[in-house]
Amino acid sequence: MEFTHPISSYQYDSSVTCTSTRQESVSQKLFIIRCFHPFAVRSPRISIDTINPKVLSCECAFPGEIAVHAEHLQHIIRINPSTLPFDEIINCNIGNPHSLGQQPITFFREVLSLCNYPGLLDKEEIRGLYSSDSIGRAKGILSSISERATWTYTQTRALRAAIAEGIENRDGFPANFEDIFLTDGTSPGVHMMMQLVISNDRDGILCPVPYCPLYSASIALHGGALVPYYLNEETGWGLEISELRLRLETAFAAGINVRALVIINPGNPTGQVLSELNQQEIVQFCRDEHLLLLADEVYQENIYADNKFFTSFKKIARSMGYTDRDLSLVSFHSISKGYYGECGQRGGYMEVTGLDKHIKKQIIKMTSISRCSNLTGQILMSLVMNPPKVGDGSYVLYAKERDEILSSLGRRVKMFVEALNKLEGVTCNEAEGALYLFPRIELPKEALRAARSVRMEGDTFYSRQLLDTTGIVVLPGSDFGQVPGTCHFRITICPPEEKVPEVLVKLANFHRRFMREFGG
Amino acid sequence: MAPKKVLAPDTINGNIKKMVYAVRGELYIRASELQKQGKKIIFTNVGNPHALGQKPLTFSRQVIALCQAPFLMDDPNADIFFPADAIARAKQYLSYTSGGLGAYSDSRGLPGIRKDVADFLMRRDGYPSDPELIFLTDGASKGVAQLLNLLIRDEKDGVLCPIPQYPLYSATIQLVGGTLVPYYLSEEAGWGLDVQDLKRQVVEARMKGITVRGLVFINPGNPTGQCLSEANLRELIQFCHEEHIVMLADEVYQLNIYQDERPFVSAKKVMMDMGPPYSREVELVSFHTVSKGFWGECGQRGAYLELTNIHPKTVDELYKVASIALSPNVPGQIFVGLMVNPPKPGEISYPRYSEESKAILESLRRRARIMTDGFNSCRNITCNFTEGAMYSFPKIKLPQAAIAAAKQTGKAPDVFYCLKLLEATGISTVPGSGFGQKEGTFHLRTTILPSEDQMPEVMRLFKNFNDNFMSQYEGPSGALSKL
Repeated sequence: MEFTHPISSYQYDSSVTCTSTRQESVSQKLFIIRCFHPFAVRSPRISIDTINPKVLSCECAFPGEIAVHAEHLQHIIRINPSTLPFDEIINCNIGNPHSLGQQPITFFREVLSLCNYPGLLDKEEIRGLYSSDSIGRAKGILSSISERATWTYTQTRALRAAIAEGIENRDGFPANFEDIFLTDGTSPGVHMMMQLVISNDRDGILCPVPYCPLYSASIALHGGALVPYYLNEETGWGLEISELRLRLETAFAAGINVRALVIINPGNPTGQVLSELNQQEIVQFCRDEHLLLLADEVYQENIYADNKFFTSFKKIARSMGYTDRDLSLVSFHSISKGYYGECGQRGGYMEVTGLDKHIKKQIIKMTSISRCSNLTGQILMSLVMNPPKVGDGSYVLYAKERDEILSSLGRRVKMFVEALNKLEGVTCNEAEGALYLFPRIELPKEALRAARSVRMEGDTFYSRQLLDTTGIVVLPGSDFGQVPGTCHFRITICPPEEKVPEVLVKLANFHRRFMREFGG
Repeated sequence: MAPKKVLAPDTINGNIKKMVYAVRGELYIRASELQKQGKKIIFTNVGNPHALGQKPLTFSRQVIALCQAPFLMDDPNADIFFPADAIARAKQYLSYTSGGLGAYSDSRGLPGIRKDVADFLMRRDGYPSDPELIFLTDGASKGVAQLLNLLIRDEKDGVLCPIPQYPLYSATIQLVGGTLVPYYLSEEAGWGLDVQDLKRQVVEARMKGITVRGLVFINPGNPTGQCLSEANLRELIQFCHEEHIVMLADEVYQLNIYQDERPFVSAKKVMMDMGPPYSREVELVSFHTVSKGFWGECGQRGAYLELTNIHPKTVDELYKVASIALSPNVPGQIFVGLMVNPPKPGEISYPRYSEESKAILESLRRRARIMTDGFNSCRNITCNFTEGAMYSFPKIKLPQAAIAAAKQTGKAPDVFYCLKLLEATGISTVPGSGFGQKEGTFHLRTTILPSEDQMPEVMRLFKNFNDNFMSQYEGPSGALSKL
């Protein structure tokens, strides 16, 4: 690696020591500058007008005004409950399963507790408390992280290798641990790629609309241009290559250099699972147009439609005969979703294939600045990619817990879709995967007028009224992008199954009253 | 034919290419290669205590294990494995969450932990602290990056950084497209800070059209280890007030103090003691972490920042940026909680906690002395005492012939020296040029973290290598380099 002085651009004379003559001349200079340029000396206070404009321009749906208001209402419930028409806040705004009662997978937490406190491993009595394979797995992990109980800065090779092995088992194609970068959840990986790809506001990133707000915010934060391509609500949020091509050409014509395509599969907020044919078309498109494919696959273990399966973009590309030389692809996965739902532990990886080794070095450099992702998240990611197998001591319990969670999510999706489609003016596509529904509402003109009078979008107004009336928190569709003139909201399927009927009844009652009030 | 690459070296963000991060730079890469070949390497390039044998504190690991696996608390035999106060503390932290460790928290961190941090700051400094102005982050580096990104609009925005400095700052400023404005610590004065030099650098920067917006200082210093006096802090605060500069106080080593003349005092305390206008007007961001001190929990990624006198709308923008990543990791937050609220006298786990933490600190103090004295006994090496933090930063007077040899290999002289040291002894250090140094001087940074058992051998290997190197390059006349 070429040696470069970290401040090589800085040319100041560093060897001069301060003498009284120089002190005088410093004071003189300050005096002169102050006299003739009274505002040149001091920078203004770090106020809203003087911070990085890219930070200002980036909008983030989280927590969003609805969720902030919900927090406020939560506070009122604690101190003065009788003043509200409901007695609890029901969070259906973000996919945060454990906060709504979903239990963690026992095996994963057994291993984590042993890794954190290996003193337990010395005690014979734990054999009664822990499954034997969790003990073995923890020992294996600890020995691979060098000294026992060390929580050092590390992108652990052994954990990355375990993840690569998991990817190989899943796809049937080789995966290399050197392509795996562990991150604190998906967001840091996405930020890194945006930072790498975007040099100025003429660098564009194709993003699906509706989009996950992480992408819109990250693109804005890094000063790039979001180039939207619209998913087709009429065809179950299908993706047409003709739409991609149109948006790409329009962007080029406007002087935008489109560099990458974001695809979320299964989709967020839309829940569609792409067909293999669709995926092949996307791979071909990216190859032909020299686009980096950014494949967000964090919901790969949330699939509910019987006829749908997850196939990774890497597998698709390799099956088409494309190697590293043909396609630049970054695939994201995390521990936050699936049946494990470990959002708070912040674990994820990006598998980077088809990038020049010099670019990989730059990525390594970027990851080095913040040292490493948290080790708990790294361990969990390796467990997610290598769960207990048939025959392992923990397998029966693990499979039971997993299947219960997934089948419950499948039932909840059906309950929500059925109930939403019964509401006047509401249509809701089936969610084939992920954790959300994105119903569309035809809001009456009066409602839109009322929204405008309080300077809100129609769906924000609806969401706010829903919250104030029932305590149910959803996110307005305008936070995700939508075809102009349409209104949606995103609701999660995370409330516990036994609570869902109550949630749906409250929603239906509210909706009926709302439509009556606004003349629908 | 394979298509042209999308991301070619000439088509990625140029700021990334320009950025350098020496701590995992050339020396580290070479050390890793040698390690793969089977050579025993002593990594002293990163302040990574557990990697060199320091043990985690028992109480904290008991608590976090219980939080990860609450079923342990339901077991009738739980008290065989865990003391009652660890169980109670785990229950308390779980009650702070809604759903345990696996649920996203507030993007600023769990309110319960932030309140604990505020209470700690009140006890430490004697002034109230607002939990709403405390943000928990995945390691201090993330917090620093968020602040610098907020502060720097373009290449005309400058941030004052001490030279030598921890390269997180130079790398991040580069990455977000700003300009680093150096101010020089004086090695002859124990790495002291000279406010006149600060003033001079600011004037010169402004004459080049740079708007100086922030000042970073690291107390105790990294790599230099000096502990700032209260007088020094007052000068800095006055300076920042006069010049309307945001203070970024990196105080992550506040528990690592190895002398008694200058105990740690926070920038916030000094500022509040000064009273108005300083206490009301100087914009200050203070950083602390679980990675250092006697905790050394680098891999957990737990830290906090405290905002003082920051515009409320700017605080909102910081909240917004934090929200994109949804939440900092919850186990790391719990470690922050444990750090600011460790076992107290009278509690079951206190004796063990006290014994473990004292042992680590006293050992670090001894190692700071062993290393400083060891370096000072070597030919052509002078080394200021490590007053705090975790590093030693000896100055090496390289002979002219060594400098010439380095030039021939296309390497900077201190990189050349450090590579030779690595090849000969397996000791992996970071050359001083990675941190910035006065033109014409050479240093290296090593940590004081090798275990006390290992230390004598490490210093012996080093001295052997150095004295041979000096003999080789000084020639029979023993003529020294003028530098």
